[in-house]
Amino acid sequence: MTKRPLTRQELCTRLAMEFQDGWVVNLGVGMPTLCSNYVDPVNTPTFQAENGVIGYGPQAMEGEEDLYLVNAGAEYVIMMPGGSILHHADSFGLIRGGYVDVTVLGAYEVAENGDFANWKTAGSKGGAIGGAMDLAVSAKRVFIAMEHTTKDGTPRVLKRCSLPVTAVGVVSLLATNLGLFEITPDGFLLKEIAPGYTPEEVQAVTEAEFTVSSGLKEMPLSDEE
Amino acid sequence: MRPMVYQNFDEAVADIPDGASIMFGGFGNPGVPRNLISALLRQGAKDLTTISNTPGRPGNRMDANNLIEAGRVRKVICAFTAGRTPPTFNELYAAGKIEAELVPQGTMAERIRAAGAGIGAFYTRTGVGTELAEGKEQRTIDGKDYLLEYPLPADYAFVRAYRADTYGNAFYRLSQRNFNPIMAQAATVTIVETEQLVEPGDIEPDHVHTPSIFVNRVVLIPPAPDGIWESVR
Repeated sequence: MTKRPLTRQELCTRLAMEFQDGWVVNLGVGMPTLCSNYVDPVNTPTFQAENGVIGYGPQAMEGEEDLYLVNAGAEYVIMMPGGSILHHADSFGLIRGGYVDVTVLGAYEVAENGDFANWKTAGSKGGAIGGAMDLAVSAKRVFIAMEHTTKDGTPRVLKRCSLPVTAVGVVSLLATNLGLFEITPDGFLLKEIAPGYTPEEVQAVTEAEFTVSSGLKEMPLSDEE
Repeated sequence: MRPMVYQNFDEAVADIPDGASIMFGGFGNPGVPRNLISALLRQGAKDLTTISNTPGRPGNRMDANNLIEAGRVRKVICAFTAGRTPPTFNELYAAGKIEAELVPQGTMAERIRAAGAGIGAFYTRTGVGTELAEGKEQRTIDGKDYLLEYPLPADYAFVRAYRADTYGNAFYRLSQRNFNPIMAQAATVTIVETEQLVEPGDIEPDHVHTPSIFVNRVVLIPPAPDGIWESVR
């Protein structure tokens, strides 16, 4: 029997499987950009980036870059038919106006009250906010993609965030390499789990106490090993 | 007043004084006014306040980082003061030798827009419940909490366009647009570097993104190596 944590691509693919046809989707810099590699034949979202790009597609192949078109991570991307461009203030007007169905962001910590922290590390004077604070309070849904613990095994799925928060009480779905968690008024609900793991094993590396869904399933792995 | 076409970048930035506040357009590579920044570096103005999405990127790319490395910048206003910021900025900031105002990107864009649009202040939900809310007026409107934010103007804006006419009407290509139009409107003096310079009427009125009213100076980017053009790296 297979027992292993999900790869970053696999946990992003799992979140991308939630995207519905016609949703406007904003992907944060870093891990969340992997969500755009998952193509569902039926449900086609529209990807939107903070720099005013609406309707972009995959990253440009080497030699095919258009020097005038990047996504929020400053990566060269391909524009899809029907795409459009806004300036920065109108782009954030779109975001604050509630037109983004889901934003997928990376994080250092997620708490059971729906708070998350992703802009400032411990002891840092500066921070990297970008568009995350605007997106977090404005999108209809906030999904988080992150590793379940730090490299040294410190839990990141917490009762309360220890780092400065990005927004308060906004996260609805969290995918880590060990599980898929819904955030409910009662805290984390483990809905899916990495193949071969038991809820007890996941709880052992989780600070917050979570409830296990009666319909607990295994998270899907990719076909390629 | 019709904007003046300048024959070179050095003339276009010659009057910028020490202590000026300057906006730089650009997000990633597209739309960064590298030729104007390069001229400002040669010109020597210091104690500058720069307003741009980031404090630049490492390497000799001609963005805010080049001015910071040369010791010309007193303060940066941007959406990133950590993370992938350049090492020189990180050192100066940690040592207290450069000031920084960290602003969420959407709030920064709206503050710039407000400055150019005569708006005295606005309320946004961005930042509520975070460290950035400290010291800001908070107000509940229709059951939701908002923070009060003020306009962000500047003495100068450096803008990069794909095409401009000799009156200063400007057109941007794809994501080159980003902050450029709102910065052009928010500054006292707006200087456009353009990849193509055409006659009035050559840009369809419907295709003008920045009307000439907001533009004071236009400079045509010469072919490389005299002009700075984008490459993939």
